[in-house]
Amino acid sequence: MADVAVNAIPDFTPVNLITGFLGSGKTTLLKRILRSPLLADTAVLINEFGEVGLDHELLERIDDTMVLLQSGCLCCTIRGELSLAIRDLNDRRARGAIPPFRRLMIESTGLADPLPILTTVTADPVLRHHFRLGLVVTTVDAVNGMDQLDRQPESLKQAVVADRLALTKTDLVTPEVAQMLAARLHRLNPTAPIHRPAEEDLDPAALFGNDLFDVESKSAEVQRWFETEERALDQARHGHRHDPNRHGADIEAFALTFERPIDWTAFGLWLSMLLNRHGERILRVKGILAIEGEAAPVAVHGVQHLVHAPIHMARWPGDDRRTRIVFICKGLDAEAIRRSFAAFVLKTPA
Amino acid sequence: MCALCGVLGGGDHWTDPIGRDGVYVRAADASQRRRERLRRVLEANAMLGLFGLSLEDWQGSSYILRSRTGKTEMVDQLAALWLAAEKMTGRPIDPLDIGVLMQRERSNG
Repeated sequence: MADVAVNAIPDFTPVNLITGFLGSGKTTLLKRILRSPLLADTAVLINEFGEVGLDHELLERIDDTMVLLQSGCLCCTIRGELSLAIRDLNDRRARGAIPPFRRLMIESTGLADPLPILTTVTADPVLRHHFRLGLVVTTVDAVNGMDQLDRQPESLKQAVVADRLALTKTDLVTPEVAQMLAARLHRLNPTAPIHRPAEEDLDPAALFGNDLFDVESKSAEVQRWFETEERALDQARHGHRHDPNRHGADIEAFALTFERPIDWTAFGLWLSMLLNRHGERILRVKGILAIEGEAAPVAVHGVQHLVHAPIHMARWPGDDRRTRIVFICKGLDAEAIRRSFAAFVLKTPA
Repeated sequence: MCALCGVLGGGDHWTDPIGRDGVYVRAADASQRRRERLRRVLEANAMLGLFGLSLEDWQGSSYILRSRTGKTEMVDQLAALWLAAEKMTGRPIDPLDIGVLMQRERSNG
């Protein structure tokens, strides 16, 4: 039995983040999905014990302390307490002191910037050898969400970094209000599917399971990144104006497409240079890249200064074999990024 | 694995991550790693040259960043590279800057 338990621990345990503004229903969502057998072997870290009681075998509390690693860059802000809490869980799991959890779920505080939580997993020198980032789920309250997006920068950031959005409390507003907020969220973050927990049976796999490391689903996930923007661009080509400010607050999503395979080394240096200077304003970047010398594409995705480990796809998700990159930016010019990519990565002459 | 940090070729920058199922690893063995490291220096120099800077490998473990005026700094991370480059030149290293873009396009020419 002991061997089975040890073997059951993944080499890189996925870490999911549930974020969302105060009172947006994070704990309620968590409580609901943790009943699923799929998430039975999940450890949970929460910042605070709220009004909604969670009854879970592996539930721990974390406190806030931020640590900036020596390099001093934003993407290496480690939340010290979070790092310690995860390391402690990992040690106890390795010793057999706690059940061999196969997934870790973190519920952040409503006012938290999600980025340092994500960078803790990727930049901590110990954790990055044992854990990997999974999907980020953001809850948005249908009653107060519109106002929060207007007034609270944290709320906007939480919505933009989401891989999945959960529009909660839709049973408390009119369908029109819910739809208006859903439309706004879709414009802010066109690649994130929007779930409505009050109206649907939640599928934990759809919310937390089907990420880029899931062999069965990663192709569909990458395909979906581009569908929305391509639809919008199609509309623009057919006479409907593609409003550069349609996301509001000067946030704009755009897709760049390049015909030729690209140089991976040049791309890595260029994106690092770009994010060094403009990471604060590049809210998301998601791309499928045709790399010189590689038959299968590589998927990259990042949040501000943080770029996840690139994923080698087994095959192209469709017939289109061009490099395509979606950017969600705040106040950056799409044409300038396209031109910069062409100059630095494709090495296009004047 | 962050966009800025991680030793170049050291296995922990996002372009050169810890190998595991599904992850794209460019340089799988020591010789590929050395080759990729040299390529990075070449590519980095083509970019840094626009700002009057150059980079050279230092014993396969770090890099030396130099300015045309003789300033030098050891860097061992991509973060250190771009941040140090900005510090050394006293100006932003901005790949969207129109002047920088035009210069790069001319050099591609």
